[in-house]
Amino acid sequence: MSLFLIVAVPFIGALLPGLMVRAGRNACAYVTFGTTLLALIGLISQAPAVIGGEVVMASVPWIPQIGLNAALMLDGLGLFFAALILGIGLLIITYARFYLSREDNMGEFFAYLLLFQGAMVGIVLSDNILLLLVFWELTSLSSFLLIGYWKHLPAGRQGARMALTVTGMGGLAMIGGMLLLGRIAGSFELSVILDNREAIQQSPLYLPALLLILLGCFTKSAQFPFHFWLPHAMSAPTPVSAYLHSATMVKAGIFLMARMWPVLSGTEAWFYLVTGAGLITMVIGAIVALFKDDLKALLAFSTISHLGLITMLLGTGTSFGVLAAMFHILNHATFKASLFMTAGIVDHEAHTRQLPALGGLRKLMPITFVITTVAALSMAGIPLFNGFLSKEMMLKETLKTQIAGPEWLVPVLAVIGALFSAAYSFRLIAHGFFGPVRDDYPSHPHDPPFGMWAPPAILAVLVLVIGILPTLAEPAIFFITGAVIRGAAETPDYHFAIWHGVNVPLAMSGIAVVGGLVVLALYSPLARLWAASPIPYAKSIFDAIIAALVSTAELVTLKLHNGSFSRYAAFFMVAVVGAAWYAWATGAPGGSTREMTPVNAVAVAGWLMLVAATLALVAFHRNRFFALILMGIAGLMVSVGFAYFSAPDLAMTQISVEVVTIILLLLALNFLPNRTPRESGTGRKLRDGVVAIAAGLGTAGLSAHLMLRDFVEPSISEYHLANSYKGGGGDNVVNVILVDFRGFDTFGEIVVLGIAALVIYALTEIALNGPIRARLINRRPDKPLAGNQHPLMMVVLTRFLMPVALMVGIYIFLRGHNAPGGGFIAGLVFAIAVVMQYMASGYEWATDRQRYPYHGIIGAGIGIAALTGVGSWFVGQPFLTSAFGYFRIPPMEEFELATAMAFDLGVFLAVLGAVMLSLESFSKLAQRSDRMKEDHAISIDPSRDPEAESA
Amino acid sequence: MEYLVASAIGVMTAAGTYLVLRLRTFPVIVGISLLTYAVNVFLFSSGRLTIGYPPVLMDGAENYADPLPQALVLTAIVISFGMTAVAVVIALAAYLAGDDDRINGIRGRGPDTARNEQDGDGTAS
Repeated sequence: MSLFLIVAVPFIGALLPGLMVRAGRNACAYVTFGTTLLALIGLISQAPAVIGGEVVMASVPWIPQIGLNAALMLDGLGLFFAALILGIGLLIITYARFYLSREDNMGEFFAYLLLFQGAMVGIVLSDNILLLLVFWELTSLSSFLLIGYWKHLPAGRQGARMALTVTGMGGLAMIGGMLLLGRIAGSFELSVILDNREAIQQSPLYLPALLLILLGCFTKSAQFPFHFWLPHAMSAPTPVSAYLHSATMVKAGIFLMARMWPVLSGTEAWFYLVTGAGLITMVIGAIVALFKDDLKALLAFSTISHLGLITMLLGTGTSFGVLAAMFHILNHATFKASLFMTAGIVDHEAHTRQLPALGGLRKLMPITFVITTVAALSMAGIPLFNGFLSKEMMLKETLKTQIAGPEWLVPVLAVIGALFSAAYSFRLIAHGFFGPVRDDYPSHPHDPPFGMWAPPAILAVLVLVIGILPTLAEPAIFFITGAVIRGAAETPDYHFAIWHGVNVPLAMSGIAVVGGLVVLALYSPLARLWAASPIPYAKSIFDAIIAALVSTAELVTLKLHNGSFSRYAAFFMVAVVGAAWYAWATGAPGGSTREMTPVNAVAVAGWLMLVAATLALVAFHRNRFFALILMGIAGLMVSVGFAYFSAPDLAMTQISVEVVTIILLLLALNFLPNRTPRESGTGRKLRDGVVAIAAGLGTAGLSAHLMLRDFVEPSISEYHLANSYKGGGGDNVVNVILVDFRGFDTFGEIVVLGIAALVIYALTEIALNGPIRARLINRRPDKPLAGNQHPLMMVVLTRFLMPVALMVGIYIFLRGHNAPGGGFIAGLVFAIAVVMQYMASGYEWATDRQRYPYHGIIGAGIGIAALTGVGSWFVGQPFLTSAFGYFRIPPMEEFELATAMAFDLGVFLAVLGAVMLSLESFSKLAQRSDRMKEDHAISIDPSRDPEAESA
Repeated sequence: MEYLVASAIGVMTAAGTYLVLRLRTFPVIVGISLLTYAVNVFLFSSGRLTIGYPPVLMDGAENYADPLPQALVLTAIVISFGMTAVAVVIALAAYLAGDDDRINGIRGRGPDTARNEQDGDGTAS
């Protein structure tokens, strides 16, 4: 199976659980299991080649300009991790099927789990480090979803947020580090980077790149001081803890350190940072784990400690360290996933996982007890269990490691870590399962169904097999180690065996185990001492930091963004005026190059009307109806101006938009107060006035300046004029620009218009279905309603006008390509024709006769426009290429047909639908409040017999 | 003629700006409409003023009105309707929900509005 498919299968499969959950919980689990199995089979199909020494590659360019290719690589290390991820995934899915209760949405859970799985497989198979970063972030996100899966639990939500904050921050640092690394190596492909050890380590950018990458690795793998998120992530369902937070995700950081080991390791910086952090994490994690009462918290800190151990081994920079690290990754994954699952079983059956509330489970849950004991003894490092082998290797490695201070420091710290590790493992068994059977468990515990204990049991068997016959694992671990070091160091000379003779590591192991037993015996006094000691609590520190950040951000944001609209508007206006003033003050305007156009009396009259209406608008804006009339005058004069300056298309558009806008505002005034109260003081008026006059003077100056000068560069209008007829088949250049040259812009614009109309529709629907509805129904109109709501004259006149208006619209539409007109204007004319019916005959009468919903008309318009555009693909042309021809049907004159006309039809429908949907939504509001229902469209109709009606 | 158009643009901009800075929704919407006129005419005028030029291709005509600003302004006019309509419906819904058409929030509701009230020039708003 192709590497792409292996990575893609979990992502594609993530769609299935959500669908299959309707078919039942088993179907849902099967399909998830099947998906994972398929990916695993795909991986196994590649295994022979990898084991044969080949590095399987697959690559397609994605965004080659920035060096981002979908490049995948499968070598020994990738195979090892991918097999761990998918193999343990299978067990976890089985376990989760029985763990999740009926109330939990299993489809959602498995979908997240598969997303996570795909991202994780993506990390370990990536060849391109930018691609790796994408998958890296995906694991943080899917982990966030999984930790917060129980949305009703505040702890879950907080834990998820904390995990995302910490790992997301690390991810951000990592992006920086990877970019630096790619820059040093000259490529973002790992296969190239890994061969450039010398160049990378000698580069001045090595240290920053190393720091940033390690920040990413340490946050992900919960290394001190970023370890605190992991215990809080334990509020996730236990399958998640077992999968993400013990076996896979937290190992992503380790994986990356191993992956980068050939190029990054071996320097002092690497050694001190990685070994130091690992050592501290190992010791602190082990000590804290001992004093945790919550089973999962104990295991979480134990995981932190073991991750520290692996990190430390990678930090030493020797090939033996890598060997031990790889072996411990395998061992830790087996025993820790198993332990998490048994902890989940205890929680599931006893309804508590607090050690003080447990004890005596040995007799009640014998199977669980056996599995837990095997896994815990491995964690403690007892011979015959696999944890012992890798711990011996770790102790052997520490003997050769000297970090700072005396040479015995590292070995002693390692023994302390191992000692506490043994102690909490023993405590887990002793306090959980030994002791008398109690009668106060929250629920009666017993062994779970087979499907729930089988997955940890399989892992426990593995623990024993590797523990007793380590030679079985030996070739595999040596092979993986070879893939990690890639010839950067000698292959270590070592053999996996339980008995290496009496030597120092064995003695250290013995001390650790005996010491662990002693510590357990002294647990009660030690726990009291621990409780009394002033240990900082990481969550409160984290919360304090977050709170400080938030309040700082608020300090800045609320100053600028305090909810006052007029303040934003003022900021904006002042900024614009300031920028314009700067441009004016620093630039040197050249002299006028154009002749002034002559002025005549008509133009002056029009100007006077416009200016007078605008100034009156400011003076009388408190009277809102009057303001509307004045606004209408201004709009009318603007459209007259367009007509005067040779722009008939604009004049027609402006005047029809003016009509619908005024109708819209009138509808709004039906509800809004009719007067604006006097609120601003003189100071405020003066301030606003100064800003306004500055803005006005600026724009006036700019316009005059612009109009009196020629174009500096030749305008592209020449091209449009020259090609409008040849290329677009139309004489009306404005229309040809709209539907042909810049058709894609127009397409975007009608989409925007459609969306605006839908927003209006949605908002009024919300208003009509929410608490506003009651207010509307009980509302008293602030003006007395006319007794004759639908006057006879108006009704008759509008109905008579309707076909005429529609005919005009069709005419304007048809001639649009060659004479002023087109889809925009025709749509507006049609809308006005229909609105007249609403106004004259009432909402109900008009709605009854409205056969097609306006949303549908918008959709049809955009659909037709899009299809016209797509149509040109079929003849091998780019989107929206137009074609035209001339036709003659005998009785008529020759006429033109252009595909642009179909596009214009789309524009027409979209504009019509959008305008009508907006106006209809507004009138619907009015309708609800208007309780006077009319039976007839015409209030007083002489043709009706009033006698017959009242009867 | 150029000065007439320029001064008209200036007057409409000034009036629009002043109205946008008012404290109730309706004048703000009217102000935005005025600004829209001003901006449209300004964009249109960037094609320079042409009186009596043919707007469509004709045989024998030498000069035409600049079609490009016209096409841009045409869609701008239609879009501005959509924008005004959305602004109106938001204003209306806010008014119906809160029985108040102040744009800076309602006095005594929420901490933000309390802050706003102190931000003005001290006069009651």
